[in-house]
Amino acid sequence: MELTLAILLTIITAATPLLLAATGELVVERSGVLNLGVEGMMIMGAVGGFVMAYLTGNPLLGIAFAVLLGMAMALLFGFLVLTFATNQYATGLALTILGLGLAALIGEGFVGRAGIRPPNLYIPGISDIPFIGPLLFGRDVLFYISITLVAGVMWFLFRTRQGLTLRAIGDNHHSAHALGIKVIRYRYLAVLFGGACAGLAGAHLSLVYTPQWSENMTAGRGWIALALVVFASWRPLRVLAGAYLFGAVSIGQLHAQAIGIAIPSQALSALPYVATIIVLVIISQNRRLTMINTPASLGKSFVPDR
Amino acid sequence: MKQLLPILAAATALSLTLTPVAFAQQDTAHACFVYVGSHTDGGWSQAHDLARLEMEEHFGGAVTSTFVENVSEAASAGTIERLARSGCDIIFTTSFGFMDPTLEVAERFPDIKFEHATGYKTADNMAAYNSRFYEGRYIQGQIAASISETGIAGYIASFPIPEVVQGINAFILGAQTVNPDFSLRVVWVNSWYDPGAEADAAKVLMDQGVDILTQHTDSTAPMQEAAARGIKAFGQALDMIEAGPETQLTAIIDSWAPYYIERVQAVLDGTWESAEIWHGLPEGILTMAPYTNMPDDVAAMAAETEEAIRSGTLHPFTGPIARQDGSEWLAEGEIADDGTLLSMNFYVQGVDDQLPE
Amino acid sequence: MIRVELLRRDNPSRALRLLSPLIGLSLALITGAIMFSLMGKNPAAALYVYFIEPLTEAWSVHELLIKAAPLILMGAGLSICYLSNNWNIGAEGQFIMGALAGSIFPVLFTDFQNPMVLPLMFIFAVAGGALWAGIPALLKARFNTNEILVSLMLVYVAERILDYLVRGPWRNPGGMNFPESVRFHSYARVPEIMPWDGRANLGIVIAILVAIALWFMLSRTLKGFEVKVIGASPRAGRFAGFSSKGMIFFSFLVAGGCAGLAGIIEVAGASAQLRPIISPGYGFTAIIVAFLGRLNPLGAIAAGLILALTYLGGEAAQISLQISDKASRVFQGTLLLYILACDTLIHYRIRFSRKPAAKGIEQAAASSEQQPPAAERAV
Repeated sequence: MELTLAILLTIITAATPLLLAATGELVVERSGVLNLGVEGMMIMGAVGGFVMAYLTGNPLLGIAFAVLLGMAMALLFGFLVLTFATNQYATGLALTILGLGLAALIGEGFVGRAGIRPPNLYIPGISDIPFIGPLLFGRDVLFYISITLVAGVMWFLFRTRQGLTLRAIGDNHHSAHALGIKVIRYRYLAVLFGGACAGLAGAHLSLVYTPQWSENMTAGRGWIALALVVFASWRPLRVLAGAYLFGAVSIGQLHAQAIGIAIPSQALSALPYVATIIVLVIISQNRRLTMINTPASLGKSFVPDR
Repeated sequence: MKQLLPILAAATALSLTLTPVAFAQQDTAHACFVYVGSHTDGGWSQAHDLARLEMEEHFGGAVTSTFVENVSEAASAGTIERLARSGCDIIFTTSFGFMDPTLEVAERFPDIKFEHATGYKTADNMAAYNSRFYEGRYIQGQIAASISETGIAGYIASFPIPEVVQGINAFILGAQTVNPDFSLRVVWVNSWYDPGAEADAAKVLMDQGVDILTQHTDSTAPMQEAAARGIKAFGQALDMIEAGPETQLTAIIDSWAPYYIERVQAVLDGTWESAEIWHGLPEGILTMAPYTNMPDDVAAMAAETEEAIRSGTLHPFTGPIARQDGSEWLAEGEIADDGTLLSMNFYVQGVDDQLPE
Repeated sequence: MIRVELLRRDNPSRALRLLSPLIGLSLALITGAIMFSLMGKNPAAALYVYFIEPLTEAWSVHELLIKAAPLILMGAGLSICYLSNNWNIGAEGQFIMGALAGSIFPVLFTDFQNPMVLPLMFIFAVAGGALWAGIPALLKARFNTNEILVSLMLVYVAERILDYLVRGPWRNPGGMNFPESVRFHSYARVPEIMPWDGRANLGIVIAILVAIALWFMLSRTLKGFEVKVIGASPRAGRFAGFSSKGMIFFSFLVAGGCAGLAGIIEVAGASAQLRPIISPGYGFTAIIVAFLGRLNPLGAIAAGLILALTYLGGEAAQISLQISDKASRVFQGTLLLYILACDTLIHYRIRFSRKPAAKGIEQAAASSEQQPPAAERAV
């Protein structure tokens, strides 16, 4: 029981940044925009969150600043892709390259400093219940935000008028435009939401996961988040499942090593990536499923005609 | 363009004054460093950079220095050559992967001294230097076995190279002097510096019941995780006490400064000679952070072991030592030779892990 | 509030097609100058050290060519992918697998020493890179799997295969158990072109020839026409009887082959052995090269040289001005963003207006009649 709880808690920590970033990207992609710059926005969130928390001593301010920096990067992306109609693939890649460099530059003086973890939730009595207490009522604020976001995005996309509009834009921006919907405005908001979520994911890395700053500390998690969105075939609940599954595989390989299983550690550490490919193949093989959910205008530029 | 001319002139003048003269005394020297990581990486490269600054300070204004950071091991020869041509008298390349490129450039610049860290190739103008990190690991093993309640320590390892294997072996040998049944769980994170992976490895090891953590990776993440769970841990490369004021037992500190001062002085004196240097606690290239967060008798034992190694009365790899499969490696009283240690790729008895073949 | 509006040009501007990368480069230089000033450095001196100093000495020009060769090869290959709307971002992995496949001869068959070795290494490297690129191509063609993610995940896998080999089975038996292969024998080395004043090897010549060949294919053959038609509009490609599945394989295999060739040129040229890390991120920088070259293989030659220069300039700036190497990376990112933004100028006129943009169902509906397929532009 102790061990199960400990493993579950470790998996939750590994999954939360993926879940945060992927949920944001899901909304972006539902609006028909593909932002490959998740890694770049996330690393900016990580450096911003750490630096602000370190300077003010307040991790919550750090989280807020991370959101701000994530949104600033997203705004840059939006300006190029939505206003200037640049190629979305290339712009996203550029955003990642820029973000990694800029974050390294900003964080240069902060490497190796000890960061500040935001406090975990504690409700007297409830948090003390064995197993359930620490698992559900004793986590950090970003865990609760991630779960709330998934629920919120589900409700927004499938239960509100604006959510319907957003999905309509993602499916056919020309028709949506013809119906008088402000395609570009909706997409700006979606892209900014994605940036905010990536910023939160970054803050989780530099404040909760490992309270410190180091270059490239996102270590490819932004890309995994992108993969999760496809994996989930653009459904929020499946993003949740995917993030936890990925977390479980990456933690599981370390447990296998610690027990002393004689498999080369390189093979074990490649496992999460191979698993991602396999799952992507299985998901995409089901054409009907992907066809229904894939936003049809994903990745395509839109220039409103007058 | 006008503004550029004075700069160019100054640069030329600088390189002229610094042109090295072989085996002659000189008043000034320019020392250059190549780092594999960022000079503020909080670990390996930063330890070299701190030593560079200490060396510069030691010589007052007589020695200037510069560095290039984040140099990929994939393409370092061009970088080393650029330094060689920029007026360096001595160039320290501080990662194993720079060995062959350093040698290649050294052949082209016979008047410049090259120093390569942690390798084994040398030339007339290229020395190799390294630190006996394993001496500190042995002390850590003794401390771990004295303090641990579960009798299991966790070892976060980077890559299976001799230096890391030496460390794992020395740790378990030290531990066995206190508790013959002590065991060690090893997790390879395949990186020298990856806070996320190191933190995950730390948590996994603690979940599996280890109550002491040691690491041969450079970030403070394992120390932070140990602190969060209230167990003890050892620091690596730099004193990590800030990351775990109530957690760090001691740390192996890379203190390259005495070596850098000695070698640059030799350049100034015109007495520099190529050498293959493997220093340790006795020469001060390796130091132990204060023994903290442990009972006084354990701290006293650790200090005693440290002193014994420093004075040369104790060598961690002294027989009888059996290999992992139980066969004999060193007979009673036999001391491992440096050649075997430098190319070590087998475990001693008591390590619960497999090395890649 | 000032609004930015894009007005589609009737004909893409010819002048801007050539000028846009230069405008982008100039804007990036200005941004770079501002950044250096903010860091307290003399911007003129910094730009000089970055872009001129590395070109003032012969040996340094050689270093430039060594770094440019893989960038040109991979940038030219990726251009074919991106032109045909196939998003291969895993050239880094294909580079590694090519290097591994080509290294089989000098590492495993050390006694096999004759002039046949190098050509065989090249062939194996091309095959190795192409096969690795064939995985995302196959998965995309067969299962419609997202090629961006698969090609990227395969980079991580390739890195671990390399790591495993040089630390295990391919380790130099005489190398004290350190992670590196044997040094390649002389038949397995790419010959230097002007050994008397630098290390540059045949790689740069091969890279330029391959780029020219790809350019010829694109601009003078039916296959090249097919690449562009399918890229511009898959529907039009289908009407013309072109197979978009065939194009997936073609573009990935070409790009993968180029990357594999780049890989073997790197390890059999400058390094002469395998190490756990054999690329300082060339495969990712090549993506910038492809776009900076406007997806034209000839453009990739110029772009590859420019980006190789930023690598050298970054080092020179560290040595003589103590400018952080992170500044070069920021510079690379801004450069790419400016280039992309300037590309828009080719197809659109920009208008700044104060009044709100035209809106309303009537106008939109009226305009949708003459809707051009802007959405399917490749770039």
